[in-house]
Amino acid sequence: MYQYDEFDHALVQDRVTQFRRQVERRLAGELTEDQFRPLRLMNGLYLQLHAYMLRVAIPYGTLDSRQMRKLAYIARRYDKGYGHFTTRQNLQYNWPKLEETPDILAELAEVEMHAIQTSGNCIRNVTSDQYAGAAEGEIEDPRIWCEIIRQWSTLHPEFSFLPRKFKIAVTGSEHDRAAVKVHDIGLIMRRDGSGQAGFEVIVGGGLGRTPFIGKTIRGFLPKEHLLSYLEAILRVYNQLGRRDNKFKARIKVTVHETGAEEFTRLVDEEWAAMGDTAPKLPKQEVDRIARYFEPPAFRALPKAAPASEARAKSDPGFAAWVRHNVSPHKISGYAIANISLKPVGKPPGDATAEQMDAVADLADGFSFGEIRVTHAQNLVLPHVERESLPVLYDGLVAAGLAASNIGLLSDIIACPGLDYCALANARSIPIAERITERFADRDRLELIGEMQIKISGCINACGHHHVGHIGILGVDRKGEEHYQVQIGGSATEDAALGRILGRGFSADEVVDVVEKIVDTYLERRTQGESFIETYRRIGQDPFKERVYGTA
Amino acid sequence: MALLESRADGPALIDDRYLRLDETAPIPAEGAVLVSLVRFHAERAALLARKAPLGVWLASNEKPVAVADDLERLALVALDFPVFSDGRAFSSARLLRERYGYKGELRAIGDVLCEQLPFMLRSGFDSFDMKSPKALEEFRAVVGEVRVVYQPTGDGRPTAIDRRLGRR
Repeated sequence: MYQYDEFDHALVQDRVTQFRRQVERRLAGELTEDQFRPLRLMNGLYLQLHAYMLRVAIPYGTLDSRQMRKLAYIARRYDKGYGHFTTRQNLQYNWPKLEETPDILAELAEVEMHAIQTSGNCIRNVTSDQYAGAAEGEIEDPRIWCEIIRQWSTLHPEFSFLPRKFKIAVTGSEHDRAAVKVHDIGLIMRRDGSGQAGFEVIVGGGLGRTPFIGKTIRGFLPKEHLLSYLEAILRVYNQLGRRDNKFKARIKVTVHETGAEEFTRLVDEEWAAMGDTAPKLPKQEVDRIARYFEPPAFRALPKAAPASEARAKSDPGFAAWVRHNVSPHKISGYAIANISLKPVGKPPGDATAEQMDAVADLADGFSFGEIRVTHAQNLVLPHVERESLPVLYDGLVAAGLAASNIGLLSDIIACPGLDYCALANARSIPIAERITERFADRDRLELIGEMQIKISGCINACGHHHVGHIGILGVDRKGEEHYQVQIGGSATEDAALGRILGRGFSADEVVDVVEKIVDTYLERRTQGESFIETYRRIGQDPFKERVYGTA
Repeated sequence: MALLESRADGPALIDDRYLRLDETAPIPAEGAVLVSLVRFHAERAALLARKAPLGVWLASNEKPVAVADDLERLALVALDFPVFSDGRAFSSARLLRERYGYKGELRAIGDVLCEQLPFMLRSGFDSFDMKSPKALEEFRAVVGEVRVVYQPTGDGRPTAIDRRLGRR
């Protein structure tokens, strides 16, 4: 993975010094909260319901064991002993003290981490495929391009006060694990007719109160032009995006109101006019960054993994974990091991300091020290020898990290909700916990198969409810927490927005509703049909009838 | 109010020699004036015929292409920040400098936040209408605080890529 050189180090260290000065001025009363607010937001520090919240960037969801141990240390030393992994592959600390936040940033800088641009109306942390570099059939490791984008977007003088926040996601695989079509810009690596690598450029996707699937504005962009084309898109958006209404300020509304065709024309016109002033991407620099993402020293391994196979025969728990949490690796004899942060009855995405340390140790033992964070709020050890899976599994069991439910109904995405967030209308975490308790039975989970439930505590949709197979949205109804349910969404290459089922439900009712939807699916599905396939075949009515009893 | 100018040897407080005219004020016989884009277009010939320096200010929704053909005759272009969070003028500034080749004074007016000064300098601004009585001090504190830049802009500062490749 990427390692900072002297320039990257200097920038992050200068930024820590700068923030320390700003916090000192705030504590001395030289800055009011109003004046301090834009400054703290430039460093990912939010003021939440009960306390400050610090959002740490995990660039494109990649970190190593040393960084994970530092996150664990910070959780213990400066917070309440845990952290929360988010849908943007970041980590949030929910209880830092203002006066200690510069120290936290200094600790992070020691391991090449920071909180720059994890908030504010700027280009946010770039996200990517958690299987990058390990997935079969990848055109290139997308993290090379993520790191190039990370540097270009860091403290960009022109694009730090955009109409609204701006999120970019990159994938190098056909199968989209990074939800690129619901980002401000989604980049999918492609090859043109001559075999050259480049990007399909998708603009104007997004969730929130007005969800849109992004539009392709360029089918193939040669990769060496990536930064100039991004700069053209951002410049058009910076000038054209609405500033009169923050709910209409995201680029998805700009693209929608301007029309994708006209927006494309404006971008192409700007791109053509840039000439010499366009940011360039010298091949030496691309090669320099690419070297950091060269594959680790994989061993030549036999295809068969007898110890692993024997254990699977004798231990149903291990077999279930392999079935759901282990994915194929591009190298023979290796596997991708997912670590679920969704145990029954616990907040999705939370990990204790002890669990973070355990993951760091297991990464060192079995995955070249590499760890990934997924947008579904789980962790990944990307390069594990198949024959080591039993020992890894035992380590995960010991750390309380062996939930075997990746992609299953209990692998729920949820925002922090009203338990933490100042924007939320309703709680998300308790709903997620109750659903996982209701569906705790392993046989039933397996019978249901792949199912994505996504829960947001307000219309801002941090829990991605629009693209859940079942999406749950918390709303405020006359001071009471209330939940709207929608079905039929998808966040992958067949991205689709779900449709609201009908009138909403109380917190007590919503788990029953989920169960009715699931039961309808089980009754109506044909052999091997997934929930989304069944939904697309039979439509919404049968689900509605079951839920509302309006047959 | 304090008007700050960025010079090669550092920031300096300067007097504002421009009289900012509203839409109806008569154009004085002498002295530098600063007018809106609307007024510049309406009274262009009369304004350009004067001997004194002329400045035009652009609201954040007015694009610099509107003055591109007259830049050689303008001594000042002022770009307005109605609120500090309205960042359109950053794009306007870069376009003026890098696309239209404007060489005169480029001033940030309106809600100019001291923490934005490094971004403004990089985008091509060289004077700043600041509200704070401690503007000079604040400028010295924030400018140069971060020593590395990643993006090429018209300010010509070597980027991290330039320095890596040993080009400068």
